[in-house]
Amino acid sequence: MHCPTRVYADVVVAAADGRIDFGGAQELEDAMASAIAAESGTRGLVVDMSKVDYISSVGLRSLMVAAKALRARKAVIAVAALKPVVAEIFEISRFHHVVDVRHTVREAIAAISPQALAAWDREHPAEAG
Amino acid sequence: MKTIRFWGTRGSIPVALTVEGLRRKLVAALRGASGRRFGSDAEIEAYVDGLAFRDGATFGGHTSCVEIVTGGPDFVICDLGTGVRPFGQAALARSSGPQTYHVFLSHVHWDHIMGLPFFTPAYIPGNRVVIYGGHPHLEAALRRQQEQPSFPVDFDTFRADISFVLLEPGRWHDVAGMRVLLKLQRHAGDSYGFRFESQGKSVVYSTDSEHDLGNRRETDAFVEFFRGADVVIFDAMYSLADAISVKADWGHSSNIAGVELCHGAGVKHLCMFHHEPAFDDASIEHVLADTRRYEEICRTGEPMKVTAAYDGMEIDL
Repeated sequence: MHCPTRVYADVVVAAADGRIDFGGAQELEDAMASAIAAESGTRGLVVDMSKVDYISSVGLRSLMVAAKALRARKAVIAVAALKPVVAEIFEISRFHHVVDVRHTVREAIAAISPQALAAWDREHPAEAG
Repeated sequence: MKTIRFWGTRGSIPVALTVEGLRRKLVAALRGASGRRFGSDAEIEAYVDGLAFRDGATFGGHTSCVEIVTGGPDFVICDLGTGVRPFGQAALARSSGPQTYHVFLSHVHWDHIMGLPFFTPAYIPGNRVVIYGGHPHLEAALRRQQEQPSFPVDFDTFRADISFVLLEPGRWHDVAGMRVLLKLQRHAGDSYGFRFESQGKSVVYSTDSEHDLGNRRETDAFVEFFRGADVVIFDAMYSLADAISVKADWGHSSNIAGVELCHGAGVKHLCMFHHEPAFDDASIEHVLADTRRYEEICRTGEPMKVTAAYDGMEIDL
């Protein structure tokens, strides 16, 4: 599991991949915690799940840990671009009720910050359409 | 061990099917029967038996009480929720003369003990009721719930020989022809899970147990406790999202945790138990369908059977 992060104005985008189970969950949690700590003015964290094949309960718990840390700073978390099976896991676990689930990273960023959306669109002009 | 028989499967507080709930079932059944002709009672019964569970049946509303039919002369049950009342009536109907009842108490929260004052065999001289558990205060808690002004019939009114046996967790005990192992569980005031083994069969009763999913050592210990069991009766009261957010530290678990722990342990049959009292039959059936799908998603070996316990359900071992 790799989880590189990238800052777009006041939003952090973390790109997770692979299987997020016991091993991957800790890496995801560490990556999200580092990104949140490094960006004191962040308004939100978007986890790009487009390369995630599976997420277990402990991976979902990591998202909850990050959500609580962000909430304490009046910031939010969103997940985006879920593969169908991962979207199913979110529904079965009812996590779609506690974490904002978006179709695309761009849509998730747009729901958090116009400045971050502008920064994203400068790098991804094809998506801005 | 031959059979598991469920007498009470609801969590926290007893519930009953409401008039509105019954009406919905009748409407659904009659809608399905529209245009059909039934030539006999057998055809009507076959039609009813073919209805979806939410339309033709109910999960019931008694609180925790599960009978383990050992094949021996004594009765064995887990917990004294309201389901112990109909169990007691059925036990009397099934037997004659003095009997011994072995009762394993997970803990003494109300929903797990409130059936005792209505357990008729406890009032009959000659019967023995042996109550086992990991808490030193079992007798005090059971006596207290029958004290004035909470209840009019004092504990000393019982005429059966009632005794208490404190069992040490983590070591095997021999009771009623079975080996029994206790495991401490995460719940307010502690609860204990029980693993029963006999005649090559193993059953785990693990209710009122919250799982700290981030704690690898604790998770591994439960996987070991469940290892290779024929049936694990598992507290699946909440969704995972609820269990680790708004209902964190409430002492209960989820269907997701049940699937993952039982998969890790190579369990043959996960039986969801201690259903949320706010859920109607359709809601529990929906959770069951979701859980079966999750089992399919994470399956790496043989399929694991997944059921949701209902009052009156039997599992042959």
